[in-house]
Amino acid sequence: MTQETIPEATPARSSIHPAVFTSRRNLLARRFIRNKPAVVALILLALLFIGCYALPPLLPYGYNDLDYEALLQPPSLKHWFGTNALGQDLLARTLRGMQKSMLIGFCVALISTSIAATVGSVAGYFGGWRDRALMWLVDLLLVVPSFLLIAIVTPRTKQSNNILWLIVLLAAFGWMVSSRMVRGLTMSLREREFIRAARYMGVSSRRIILQHIVPNVASILIIDATLNVGFAILAETGLSFLGFGVQPPDVSLGTLIADGTPSATTFPWVFLFPAGALVLTVLCANLSGDGLRDALDPGSRPSRRKKRQPK
Amino acid sequence: MTSLLQVTDLNVTFETEDVRVPAVRGTTYHIDPGEVVAIVGESGSGKSTAAMAVVGLLPEYADVSGSVRLHGEELLGLSDQAMSRIRGKTIGTVFQDPMSALTPVYTIGDQIAEAIKVHNRDIGRADARKRAVELLELVGIAQPQRRAKAFPHELSGGERQRVVIAIAIANDPDLLICDEPTTALDVTVQAQILDLLRTARDVTGAGVLIITHDLGVVSEFADRAMVMYAGRGVEIATVEGLYRDRRMPYTVGLLGSVPRLDAPQGTRLIPIPGAPPTMSSLSLGACPFAPRCPLVIDECRSAEPDLVTIRDGHWAACIRTDDVAGRSAAEIFGVSTQPPPNDAKAGEPPVVLQVTDLTKTYQLTKGVILRRRVGEVRAVDGVSFTLEQGRTLGIVGESGSGKSTTLSQILELAKPQAGSIEILGADVAALDSASRRQLRTELQVVFQDPVASLDPRLPVFDVIAEPLVANGFDRRRCEERVAELLTIVGLDHADASRYPAEFSGGQKQRIGIARALALQPKILALDEPVSALDVSIQAGIINLLLDLQAQFGLSYLFVSHDLSVVKHLAHRVAVMYRGTIVEQGDGDQVFTNPQHEYTRRLLAAVPRAHADVAGA
Repeated sequence: MTQETIPEATPARSSIHPAVFTSRRNLLARRFIRNKPAVVALILLALLFIGCYALPPLLPYGYNDLDYEALLQPPSLKHWFGTNALGQDLLARTLRGMQKSMLIGFCVALISTSIAATVGSVAGYFGGWRDRALMWLVDLLLVVPSFLLIAIVTPRTKQSNNILWLIVLLAAFGWMVSSRMVRGLTMSLREREFIRAARYMGVSSRRIILQHIVPNVASILIIDATLNVGFAILAETGLSFLGFGVQPPDVSLGTLIADGTPSATTFPWVFLFPAGALVLTVLCANLSGDGLRDALDPGSRPSRRKKRQPK
Repeated sequence: MTSLLQVTDLNVTFETEDVRVPAVRGTTYHIDPGEVVAIVGESGSGKSTAAMAVVGLLPEYADVSGSVRLHGEELLGLSDQAMSRIRGKTIGTVFQDPMSALTPVYTIGDQIAEAIKVHNRDIGRADARKRAVELLELVGIAQPQRRAKAFPHELSGGERQRVVIAIAIANDPDLLICDEPTTALDVTVQAQILDLLRTARDVTGAGVLIITHDLGVVSEFADRAMVMYAGRGVEIATVEGLYRDRRMPYTVGLLGSVPRLDAPQGTRLIPIPGAPPTMSSLSLGACPFAPRCPLVIDECRSAEPDLVTIRDGHWAACIRTDDVAGRSAAEIFGVSTQPPPNDAKAGEPPVVLQVTDLTKTYQLTKGVILRRRVGEVRAVDGVSFTLEQGRTLGIVGESGSGKSTTLSQILELAKPQAGSIEILGADVAALDSASRRQLRTELQVVFQDPVASLDPRLPVFDVIAEPLVANGFDRRRCEERVAELLTIVGLDHADASRYPAEFSGGQKQRIGIARALALQPKILALDEPVSALDVSIQAGIINLLLDLQAQFGLSYLFVSHDLSVVKHLAHRVAVMYRGTIVEQGDGDQVFTNPQHEYTRRLLAAVPRAHADVAGA
């Protein structure tokens, strides 16, 4: 995700240029760090990501190991998240599922938002034949029944490639609507005076798009990306539920939630822990996305957003 | 005689969660029937709020106290429903932007008829329509019967404002509130609208409250004026008295900073130093104008002065009113308005820009599949002019005259449809991309709207460094140059890491100028660079432009609709009308002895401010 790259890139840059003037990245990082909830969310997100890969080897149970002495047990010291009907440890399964889901979620969000930004800003900024060709492609992809296509392709792939194909296909069909929005915004930005000024100053088109257009549509891109994280995880869930996405015995958050749903009221832990992990992931992505948007947008201040008119 | 409207000790505070913004603080004024009262002030002075409180059109989080009496009846505290019966009936309102004041989906006739029917339930549809047509005729719309069926977008800006006025006077109001009614309009249209407002006042006998920042409009149109600063009326007087014997240093600065049509080229204006205070962090217990005041003494910082009576009907909120009387603005502010000695260089300066027979037409087409040409609009039609080094060419015209199109044709550095553009001796039609890039560094532009011309997402450093980076400056040289530029335009080094939104309009325009100067161009195209600014700020920018020209020998191509500003800056003037230059010549000559009919009309329409005391 973009929110990870920018703060990380900061220290390196600032040490190379101990400048009189603060660089733009420094400024962004400083504004982002001022936003406490976003920083906490980003750290939590990083911990979740690291945790779901680092923890499983340390656990006494694998995600597929059966414990016949503990069937459908609520959370205990032995099984922190409880067990399911087959006696499988839910913590191990949730972590395994999160590996898949977070990978899918973030990769799809990143890829599809990047495509949307590229296609939208290129079509909107240049207009003419580029615009016509790209919009033709968008319209074409919009009418292709993506679900069917994914359903046909994924079962034919090998287990190891399965996730890769899911990411590629979900990303390939997830960018069209937002690219249209980006295009519309770009077209109105193109006529703004600061873009014209940049053109008259001899700034190249590529630089204008990267320097001016993308930051100015960043609000919508970031919202789009964070929504896409949730969307991709849920899409994978849906596909897995129907048997097209992640195939058993492998698990994902989607399959776990699907398994737990029928017993959500009777054995709530089977459902609550995977669902909670999903909610936590999406929430953290949203919060850090908000933080990044506020850092990029000089007009929005966290305190001002809370302003409410007394009725 | 009781006054029509009596506003006493009006306080308006905008309350948000973390800040309290006192927009209006203890303002008192009154309007007599048939009288025109102007509220003058710069943006953020609370002038609109002070007037909108009367009609109860403030946002809900505004905390209003004091007293507003219309015909002796208290308006504050009335329910919204009760106010609705008064709004449009006894108080008519004219807003600044005539486009957004009208609903685009109804015909103007319907909108006027609706305004009538809302307050006269028993009037029939046909009668309301008939009355609407009468009103349209009254406000000077030709063929009112037919035009009543027109939609707002089919009308010109001036006609729309006429319709808005028709709606405002539809129910024969006793009070007419006009919020910057002519700001969005051309100068000739402005004169017509002011005439119309005068007619409207005579027909309805209403008192008029006009809010404006244009001191010319005040002196043309108003009987009395209240000058507002930092949410308070700081001087109230008859317009005559205000111009003859103003007593508040702020008023002096305001009047002194107005560009004048009778000043010779190069005359420096008198800017008020600093910027208006931010209302959220206003320190009480001191005169809010003290930080900018040239006459400030210690006493000014100890208490906020009350309005003192100078004479009957003239109040000023200053403790040094006696020191203001009879002194000119230049004297008080301690600056010289004299143009720098004319450095009459030997011989003709070299020509840097030559435009010959420039033409730009837009095709009008019809049909979707088979585009047929049905005609063409000649936006620019055979325009020729030259610009010499170190000189300023002013291109004057109203909206739609083609002056902006001319400018963008030159800035595009592309082959024009017809005619030729030569910049620094190079014909732009014959440029390859490398030399075009080279030429771009010699010709830079400053736009009208300082808000729109700076990328809101870039810190100031990146804004100014952009042309440098684009032309291959490394980080260190960029920093040096940006620091230098900030000094040239009078900004602080610390400002570089702030965002454009944190600056005032004048500072933003300075940033825009710094960016344009970054590559040391020879020609600067100025597209109405001061028309979006307050007059005291505008004066500072005009002075800066004059200084820069003297310092770097820049050539200015100055496009503006404001004749007085052009008069101050331009050596030569070209007057554009409908795509052609109708008159061209030396500045003084065009302004004092206009040859073309249109130039004369344009000059006559400019509202003239009275001369400053002691002749400035």
